[in-house]
Amino acid sequence: MSITNESQADEVEVLRLQELAYQIRSYAIQMIYNAKSGHPGGALSAADIISVLYFKEMRVDPKNPSWPDRDRFVLSKGHASAALYAALALRGFFDVGELMTFRKLNSRLQGHPYTSTPGVDCTTGSLGQGLSNAVGMALAGKLDGKDYRVYALISDGECEEGTTWESALFASTHSLDNLTAFVDFNGLQLDGKLLLDLSRIESMWESFGWNAIRIDGHDIPSIIGAVERAKSTKGKPTVIIANTVKGKGVSYMEGNDHYHGNPPENDQKYKQAMEELSAKISSIREEIKKLGGDIR
Amino acid sequence: MSSAVKVNALRDAFGNELARLGARKDVVVLDADTSSSTRSSVFGKAYPERFFDVGLIENSMMGIAAGLASTGKKVFVAGFATFMSGMVYNVIRQSICYPALDVNIVATHAGITVGEDGATHQMLEDIGLMTGLPNMKVVAPADAPETIRVIDAVMEGKGPFYVRLSREKVPDVTEGYEFRLGKGLVIRDGSDIAVISTGILLSEALDAVKALEKKGISASLVDMASLKPIDSELIRKLARETGLILTVEEHSVYNGLGSRVAEVVGEEASARVRRIGIDDVFGESGTASELLAKYRLNSEAIAEEAEKLVEARRK
Repeated sequence: MSITNESQADEVEVLRLQELAYQIRSYAIQMIYNAKSGHPGGALSAADIISVLYFKEMRVDPKNPSWPDRDRFVLSKGHASAALYAALALRGFFDVGELMTFRKLNSRLQGHPYTSTPGVDCTTGSLGQGLSNAVGMALAGKLDGKDYRVYALISDGECEEGTTWESALFASTHSLDNLTAFVDFNGLQLDGKLLLDLSRIESMWESFGWNAIRIDGHDIPSIIGAVERAKSTKGKPTVIIANTVKGKGVSYMEGNDHYHGNPPENDQKYKQAMEELSAKISSIREEIKKLGGDIR
Repeated sequence: MSSAVKVNALRDAFGNELARLGARKDVVVLDADTSSSTRSSVFGKAYPERFFDVGLIENSMMGIAAGLASTGKKVFVAGFATFMSGMVYNVIRQSICYPALDVNIVATHAGITVGEDGATHQMLEDIGLMTGLPNMKVVAPADAPETIRVIDAVMEGKGPFYVRLSREKVPDVTEGYEFRLGKGLVIRDGSDIAVISTGILLSEALDAVKALEKKGISASLVDMASLKPIDSELIRKLARETGLILTVEEHSVYNGLGSRVAEVVGEEASARVRRIGIDDVFGESGTASELLAKYRLNSEAIAEEAEKLVEARRK
């Protein structure tokens, strides 16, 4: 297949977003291991979505985190905070050096997201509240005639929470097409496999009046394509159900619910995780080089 | 009681004042299917574009309020006290109080005077729940005039606020007084005992103090609408001056006005504090006045308690 210059550029961009997703994963593991606590599984599963949002889709200004016209991001599954903080630091909201204060005394990087951190738009942690906050932000955008968009990232486990469905029904009733929700569908929650039957997840959202799209949540072009479809969908909010792997990128964490809320156990496990993530970053960089892209 | 005293409902005062000040474009009002009872509907009729009767989604309503406030809106949320505190406690805690957002909860139908609806609707624990939350300010006005001034203060200030209103129409005792957050209102000065009330029992307490006066007992009367911040300075002054404090509230004796007053006095052990309220039980159906009599919160019961305390000290 011949590659035009334009699609070549696109391919490089996709690889860059992939690389950033792995950098987010790498920082998240460092932060969690350094803190000896945190939630690696859900941070790793959400990294590709967060990468696309912060490095391609969202209109934000790291120098002005409270810019009124910015797009908003609500990490409803607040326990994935390490991935959000890593993305914010890489995007320039604060120095990457600060990431190692995560979960430490007097840090701005609290265990779960708090609005004192530059770039954090919503306080979350207790599950099932994020979508309602995002709905309020989207409603305010409509009231003020502003064109900003609101993104919420919720877990599949949060689709067990009643508040998620209350908010979903309100959002479709009020035609909040400036709202996009991602479901990080990794199939695991703290106690193991999903405890309630979410096999009809797409039709559930559709019956609540949402435009539902199902994608591979680790495939960057699919994430970009779904966000673009959400943007062009008028009159109703969109949910992007992203099939993901909990612990994605670290072989012994993948699909292992133990790593929902546990850091690597020892230096050897930590080293293995970092080596696997670094190898992935290196191979993506090689691909970028082959395509003639600059390495940053 | 003088027949010249006007009798009004606090919720009417709330709805009318909110609508009067509602021209402010940043004000958004939410209610969850109780607007005709809370009177937020008055605002809704005046400014339908900024009023949302959200449906029976109280928990999400608090989150939606937080999301709106995060963009700079001044948000009022109205509903019955039992749904606006206990039912939605964790959303208020995480989404509103922790980030200190300008969300102002107006909780009507608080206390035992809700009456016939019974225990499910008689919220008796909300002062404790709400005063325990960092950043939350808690106010329980005594009557319609004070409700108007409290809504004005909330509008000028920055939330989160929890404004506790009761359903009953009560005499306008505080007509002409000022409201200041963190300040108690001295209605009467006395030397034998200080009666401190919060919410609509002020008029019962006032009748009690008048009855005590006829018996030669000089009682101070304070309207402690501002529960958090509370007027610690005034409480300490009353404790030193009278040595006897009687607190009156239609709330559990745990974690309400009485507890807060006892905490302040306990720091210096300068007075005896007797708390009257609901004694760790659920309420029941009945008319408001029947319930106040049964649970010993009407003027007769307040006067009897005060007299007992003063007599005990004289012995």
